[in-house]
Parts: sequence; structure tokens; C-alpha cells
Amino acid sequence: MRQKQKNQLVIGMGIALFLFLLFLLSIFYTPFDPDMMNAKEKLVAPSFQHIFGTDQFGRDICSRVLKGLGTTFIIALSTVSIGAIVGVVLGAVTGYFGGWMDEICMRINDVIIAFPNILLVLIFISVLGVGQNNMILALSIVFIPSFSRMTRSEFLTHRDMDYVKSARLMGVSHFRILFVHILPNTVPTILSMLAIGFNNAILAEAGMSYLGLGVQPPTPSLGRMLAESQIYLATAPWIAIFPGMAIVLLALSFSMISEGLSKGGRS
Amino acid sequence: MKYGLKKLVALIITVFVVSFLSFLAFSVISGDAAQSKLGTEATKEQVEALREEMGLDEPVFTRYGTWICNILKGDFGISYRYNIPVKDMIKDRIPIMIALVGMSFLFVVTISIPVGIFCASYKSSWLDQGICIVNQIMMAVPSFFIGMILTFIFGLILRWFTPGAYVAISRDPIGFFLYLIPPSIAMAIPKTAMAIKILRSAILSQMDMDYVRTAYSRGNTKYQVLYHHVLRNALMPTITFGAMVLIDLVANSVIMEQVFSIPGLGNLLITSISSRDYPVVQFIIIFIATFVIITNFLVDFLYGKIDPRVRVKK
Amino acid sequence: MNVLEVDQLEVTFFHGKEGNKVVKDVSFAMKEGEIVGIVGESGSGKTQTSLAIMQLLNETAAITGGTIRFCGNEISSYTEKKMQEIRGKEIGMIFQEPMTALNPVHRIGQQIEESLKLHTNLSKLERKKRAMEVMKLVELPNPEIIYHQYPHQLSGGMRQRIMIASALIMEPKLLIADEPTTALDVTIQAQILALLKKINQEKKLSILFISHDLGVIHKLCHRVVVMKSGKKMEEGDVEEVFHFPKEDYTKELLQAIPTRRMSFRKRRKEGMQ
Repeated sequence: MRQKQKNQLVIGMGIALFLFLLFLLSIFYTPFDPDMMNAKEKLVAPSFQHIFGTDQFGRDICSRVLKGLGTTFIIALSTVSIGAIVGVVLGAVTGYFGGWMDEICMRINDVIIAFPNILLVLIFISVLGVGQNNMILALSIVFIPSFSRMTRSEFLTHRDMDYVKSARLMGVSHFRILFVHILPNTVPTILSMLAIGFNNAILAEAGMSYLGLGVQPPTPSLGRMLAESQIYLATAPWIAIFPGMAIVLLALSFSMISEGLSKGGRS
Repeated sequence: MKYGLKKLVALIITVFVVSFLSFLAFSVISGDAAQSKLGTEATKEQVEALREEMGLDEPVFTRYGTWICNILKGDFGISYRYNIPVKDMIKDRIPIMIALVGMSFLFVVTISIPVGIFCASYKSSWLDQGICIVNQIMMAVPSFFIGMILTFIFGLILRWFTPGAYVAISRDPIGFFLYLIPPSIAMAIPKTAMAIKILRSAILSQMDMDYVRTAYSRGNTKYQVLYHHVLRNALMPTITFGAMVLIDLVANSVIMEQVFSIPGLGNLLITSISSRDYPVVQFIIIFIATFVIITNFLVDFLYGKIDPRVRVKK
Repeated sequence: MNVLEVDQLEVTFFHGKEGNKVVKDVSFAMKEGEIVGIVGESGSGKTQTSLAIMQLLNETAAITGGTIRFCGNEISSYTEKKMQEIRGKEIGMIFQEPMTALNPVHRIGQQIEESLKLHTNLSKLERKKRAMEVMKLVELPNPEIIYHQYPHQLSGGMRQRIMIASALIMEPKLLIADEPTTALDVTIQAQILALLKKINQEKKLSILFISHDLGVIHKLCHRVVVMKSGKKMEEGDVEEVFHFPKEDYTKELLQAIPTRRMSFRKRRKEGMQ
């Protein structure tokens, strides 16, 4: 069992690292200019020149997938890190101190967690307006409760442990107990939450961009590419397949990492 | 019964709080409704007049009161964009969403329960391991991509259905349900994968419990232990998950309606968000929110039915 | 005739290819109507011995040597299907944690009757009648009410009585009791022991009683087997072992029993300090 979990972690990390390196590469080099249109080479099937083919404007899909990968990476990274930082701090403070603030935060968390991610992001976007930054903001807010809930329960159990009590007796400040004594003990949980968060962010971003509510046209985005490819599905399926595969690989790598990190998972 | 009543009161309060928050968000944060209704070319006087007419100068609480009273009376407001009552816009679309989500949920339940039980009872067999791997991959595929793959394979290559040729239920009920099969399967696949995983691990963790050994010690066979003892205990975490799936399917139907061009509630929501048609958006969101809250309420209720411990504790 | 004969039993736990023997060459026999205790510290293999008799060992463990005979039949070579006929019908078993050993979502009546349902064709009414009898046998108050209740509504002692009732409903020849009193308060513990003794006398029931507590064994059993790290250290009449232990290990175990006099002396000593 353990071995299987380890394998998942290694394979997941391998795929994620590979995609990350591709993203780094795409900053400096893509086979073609991802935005360059070419009327002569519309909807060309995959070939040696265009390994993933071209789209309805003659743009090279490989280059666009590479750039789109980067967009997704950046959005996922920023939403998860904002969500995680706010969530962990909130969860740590409410879990450690408790009281009415904790009670209120818990109630709000419960309500937010009851609603599906996509729906919440839709609500935020309909209020804030369509666009990439608003989507990042909306996704970050949506991710806060899951982080704060997990961290809260971890801190709640650690709060009453002997090592924390003795630290308090020695006069260690609350701040130090929270972030120097307890936080390191919750790292395994937070890591696995981060991996799940990435997985969710990737899928949510793809969905929102597919609906046209996320990343806006000039920026290449995997979800948007899929939406645009739909009318050409019969004649040029490669426009859909490659960006779709990129999303799947990216999400899969993070779900494997989270599976590999989760404690006591008996898969 | 007292427990049920208490829950019911909490439910009603939650509905009101959520509706108030959404009202607040749309009427305060999203800018001036009169302005957005008239467009940027309207003169200041026109906007003022409309503000007066729409009662936008009143305090928020009064406006919320009028609004919620109207909703309770069945008046959901008038669309900014089409100038027709929201009620008329949504009344044909709600059944479409219910049909889509319902069919999808049916697929999830009918497939995941037998497969989950199978995987748990043949743990570590090659078939179980194979299913686990497929599950893991399926969970990573966005449902709209599955929808496109299904369209490609079954619509364009095998020609089992015509993509984009939605049939209204009033015109051809059979054709309507047939058309909903591919989108509901597309939504069901990732959720089924997750449900199988959850059910499998719930059963396996119950298998380690002491009462299982007691059951064996009375002479139960493996299957009797599984069906008479373990399954009902394993259902507990699965029911919560089932509710989550149902709610997620509602959210996913918003995307899936775009993929298969189905004129459902989600489709209307997306176009209304893009055109800033707030009364419509507001109503759809409150409708879905109420659905979410009621579903969670029912889960609590079911819990008490299945687990005698909950019934007494509260 | 011997009800149970365990001969050179060996149980092994497997971790991958490595094997770890937890029961080594253990032999003992039980006569009809006898109460035999197995005593030893945790990890001595006493529970594994009892599970081996029922063939209820974990998936990772197996009987790797020796034989177990029950009423002259070699049950250690029985198939799973044949064992299901024995379990609950010929041999009943009760466990340490009455809290978790009962299924939380089934009513008490259903759990007591289960063996009847599995091994006989009695009607629902006859089963209930039989359940009432056995509930009276284990001295449960208000059987009519308890019959419809759930495990979480009852106390630990009551739950253990229910476990005993459910194990005895088929009137088995042998009852295996795996630390049945360990999780209970001392007063409840005494009640359960008295109950087991009473049933042993009334029904001529043989009991294999497993415990880490020599004091409990002394109160209940006729004979005792002392085990340590998977091996049998000593076997004999309980009074004899209790008063004239042959092995050093048994002496150690005996010293671990707090006697009234000792604790009194101890208290006085502490009081003086």
C-alpha cells in the first residue's frame, strides 16, 4: 500500500515537473508566435511543421497550448497561494483562540463549503464583472474555507497537546506558538490540501474560461481554446484534443500528488 | 420531531440570510441598476426618473423587504434586457435542468454503487486495481471535455445523435430525453469515479471494525457480512457525498448546457451574467442556493433515518 | 471426552515474504463443562490462539502448523464453508470491546437472534421467544424494551450481556471469551464473571476464557494455561498454579496482582511519608 502511494507521488511529481519545465521553456521559446495568424495554413492537421496542427486562424496549436499551460499555471498558483495563506492564517487563529470569532467564521465556512466551487465563482464574477483578475479573486475567496477548516481542526487538536501547554508555561508568545511551534506539525496536511487545491483550481479555471467568463481572448487559455474548437470538432478534432489533454495531464498530476501525500490513504 | 422542527427553522433562516446577501451583493456592489438598464447614453434626468420609479432611493432593508415579498408572491421581477417577467423566462428552463441533473445523478448512483461494492469485495484484484487507475484519471478530466469527446465519438463518428439538435420536451418527449443522455453521462463520469472511490474506502474501513468479526463469529458468510452488516454503516459517508454530487451536478449543468447547446437554466445564467441582466441572475442564484440548502437539510434528515445514534443524540 | 484439543498450534503473521510466528507449539485440551483460562501479557499470542480456533485470523495471518480438534473433529483443516456451520452454532465467541463489537445500526433483538436466523429455519416469532429466554438467562432487565433498542442506548455491562446472549442462543458446546471483562468497571466485571460461572454450571457449557488478569482467571477458571511470547509456559489446575507456580514468569504475573493487604500496606506507607 505504502509503495503504491509513493509511486503515485513520484509519477505525479514527474508529470507536474515536466509540464512546469515546458511552461518555463514557453516563456523564452515557442515553435511559432502563438498569436500569429496565417490565412494560408488554416486548420492544418498535425504534421512535422505544426506537431499539434493549426486552428481556424492558422495559429500553431503547440505554441498556444504551451502558452495556455503557462496561463493556467499562473492562475492556479496565485489563487491557491492567496487561498492557502489567508485560509491557513484564519484557521490557525480561530482554531487556537476559539471564541465567538471562531464560531462566526465556522458558520460562514459551512455555508460557503455547501456551495459548489463553480457556482460561487459564477456569483462572484457576476457581481465583480468578467475577466481574468476577477476570476483569480473569486477563486481565491472560494478556496479560503477549505484551507481554514482543515487548519482549524489541526490547530484545535494541537492546542491541547502537552508540548503547546509547556511552551505556554514557559512564556512563549501566542504568535510564536502558532507559527513556530504548531504550524510545522501541520505541514503534511497543508501540503496535501495544496495539491488538491491546485487540482481544483486547474479544473475551475478551465471551466470558467470555457464559459468565456475567465481569461479573455488575446491571452491563450486552454479552456477557451476548447470552447473555440467546438464548432470545428468534425473537421479538425486536433484543435480540441491537445489543449484538453494538457488540462487532463495537469489536473491528473496534482491529484496524484495529493493522493500520494494523504495520510493513511488505502487506495 | 423536535429535532426536525429545529432544523427546519435553521433552514428557513439560512435561506433568508443567503437571499439577503445575494440581494445586497447585486444591488450595492454591482453599481446602479437604473444606469445599467438604460445604458451609458441616457441623460442624468432619465436615470433619476427611473431610479425613482424602481424605488432605488429607498434604504437597502426596505428594498429587500419589497423584493422578498414579491418573490414570495411569485413575482420575480422583470428582466432588464428583455423587459419581460423573469418568471416567464425561467419557467420552461427549470424542468430542463431538473431532467439533466436527475438523469446524471441516476447514472452516478446506478453505476457507482455496484462497482464500489465490487471493488471493495475484490480488493487488490487486477480488476479492482484497474478500476482504481481509471477512476483516478477520470477524476482529472473536466466534464465539458468529456462532453466534447462524447460528441466527437457518438455524435460525429458513430452518428448516434446529432450534436446541437436539441429537441424541446413539448415537441418530442422521447427525443428530448435521448438528447440529454450524452450530456448527463459526461457530467456523471467524473462524479461516478469519485463515488466509487469513496464507497470503496468506506466499505473497506468498515470491514476493519470489531462488529464485523462478531458477525463472522456467528457464522455469517462474507456476503452476508457485507450486505447485512457493513453496507448500512458504509452508507453514512456515502450519503453526504451523494448530496455533494447532486449539488455539484447542478453547478456542472451550467457548463454542460453550453457544450450541448441546451437552453436550460444554466444557459440563461451565463448569457444574463454576460449582459448584466441582474434580476435574472439574482433569481437563478437564489433558486440554486435554495436547492443546495434544502438538499443539505434532507441529508441531515436521512442521516437520522439510517443511523440510530443521530436520532437520539439531538 | 475432550471438547477442544489444541495440538502444537503455530500461527504466523506474514509481512510480505517474511513470517513472524506469534503462536509457537501451543498444546492444551479442554474437557466438557470445564472453564479453561489462557493468561498472558499483551502480545503473548493468547488472542491469536482463540481466533485461530474459530479461523477468524486476520488476512495477513494463518495457521502454519499443528491441529485443532473440536469434539473429535479436526476443525483446523475445515474449509471456510464448513467453519461457518461451526461458528455461532457449535462455538460461540465474545469479545473485549462490547462497545464496538455490536453493530451500531442494528437493533439488539436482531443481533441476538442472528445466529438463529443463520443456522435454523425458525419463524420470526419463535426466534423472538428464544431470544427472550436467552436474555433472561443472562439476566438482562426489561428484555421486551431492550429487544427494540440500539447498542448505544445501553451501558457497557449490558452490552456484554447481550454479546453473551447472542453467543449462547444456539446453545453451543464451547464459548470462547476474549478478554470480555477488560473494558468494564470492576463491579460490572464481577457481575459478568458470576454470570459466566452460573451459565457454566447450569448448562454444562465449556468456556475458554482469555485474560491478562490472573486474578480474574483465579475467580472463574478450573484450569489455566500461561502464555508468554507465543509459547506455553505452564499449564495446570488454577489453585495449584496460583499458589505453587512452577515458572518464574508465572510468579511475576502473580506479583502483579494487587492484593488487598498489599495495597493497604502501600497506602499506609504513602501516608507516613
